[in-house]
Amino acid sequence: MLDGEPLIRWHWLGDHLGYLADLTGDHAVMALVPVLIGLLLAVPLGLACARFPRLYQPLAAVFNVVYALPSLAVFVVLMPYTGLATRETVMIPLTAYALAVLLPTTVDGLRAVPEPVRQAATAMGYGPWRRLVAVELPSATPYLIAGLRVATVSSISLAAVGALVGRGGLGYLFVDGFQRTFPTPILAGITLVALLALATDLLLVAARRVLAPWAKGAAR
Amino acid sequence: MGEGGGAVNWLGWLHDFFTDPAHRSGPDSVLNRLLEHLAFSAEALALAALIALPLGLLIGYWGRGMFLVTALTGVARALPTLGLVTLTVLLAGVGDAAVLVPLTALAVPPLLVAAAEGVRGTDPDTRDAARGIGLTHPQTLFQVCVPAALPTLLAGFRTAAVQVIATATVAAYVGQGGLGRYVIDGLATRNFATTAGGALLVVLLAVAVQLLFSLLIRYASPRGARTGLVDDPAGSPALLKESV
Repeated sequence: MLDGEPLIRWHWLGDHLGYLADLTGDHAVMALVPVLIGLLLAVPLGLACARFPRLYQPLAAVFNVVYALPSLAVFVVLMPYTGLATRETVMIPLTAYALAVLLPTTVDGLRAVPEPVRQAATAMGYGPWRRLVAVELPSATPYLIAGLRVATVSSISLAAVGALVGRGGLGYLFVDGFQRTFPTPILAGITLVALLALATDLLLVAARRVLAPWAKGAAR
Repeated sequence: MGEGGGAVNWLGWLHDFFTDPAHRSGPDSVLNRLLEHLAFSAEALALAALIALPLGLLIGYWGRGMFLVTALTGVARALPTLGLVTLTVLLAGVGDAAVLVPLTALAVPPLLVAAAEGVRGTDPDTRDAARGIGLTHPQTLFQVCVPAALPTLLAGFRTAAVQVIATATVAAYVGQGGLGRYVIDGLATRNFATTAGGALLVVLLAVAVQLLFSLLIRYASPRGARTGLVDDPAGSPALLKESV
């Protein structure tokens, strides 16, 4: 298929450093903002589920199905509402996927707080809110970070598919390279997506070390 | 299209899509595209199982090399499949094999993790007991550990199957068949009826496979090996979304 075209044209990379940096920044925003929004939604929802266990089963079932939806199909389904080549088309489904990962991990984390710990906090005079903020949420942090690691890596990977509906940050390199039968952008895109995922993952591991030093290597 | 609110006519598009004679018979019919999609996905899944299951069972039983499983899946999760598909097609040319490679690579990690974690998670006392009554290592693995690991294994298969089915949609972008053709062709020709019909079919297929596996996990697992965990998206490490 490739006649005389080398696998990588290094000078192309050199000539397009600024462009690649822009795409990476765009990709990071598109992939990571949904995870943040997902986290902001998952914590109160998870609290509600931990308090009212009846709520959890139906919600978990719904998000299990959401999780199984192919992203390209969801982008397309949203397109008539959010438009072709807009950020919303990509970011709304990514938020839903992040929420689908983070809701169960939040509930697991809150449920994993040992009952004696809870009782000790109450015995020390902590009210429900103070107990939640000072004891329960910190205890759930390793679980939340484990969930965040899954959610961010998959979000970064999925955002690339947005290129097929016109917005995908680094995913555009795949479409562009394929249309021009030019592998260099594709390879650069794969590498940058993997590096972005790796960097975010390392950042989250570091965050766990700082926020939950007792959970060294224990979280999934 | 894409005017936002108001003028969204889903029912009209779906009506146009399903009443189009081209979608009733011939190479572009819904049935043919569905079969292409399923054949493709099944091939990739079978290939992945052939690679991942023996390796995963062995690593899980032996208890060594788990780091390899974790490292491999970490790397695989970070690789964007759309990039792999386009790159393989550029390098190997359009053909079944070129798309089967990325699809198989996508299905290997969840199967590998499920097999290794499932077998390793078998109660050590049960394993000792099996060895104690004179079962050989292979007998212990296949008669004790594998049945106990079945729910986890099936959960891994579910993840792999859903991911492969979702990603097979992207294969249409590089000229392969399957339900993705409707989505990709519709986008290319700005024919929203086709895109909408294709997207709906892919969603329905993914949800159907998901439900099928949920039922399998519930009813095909041996009693005593059923845990609440496997139904949970994040409850099992095998269940990581890495597909498209």
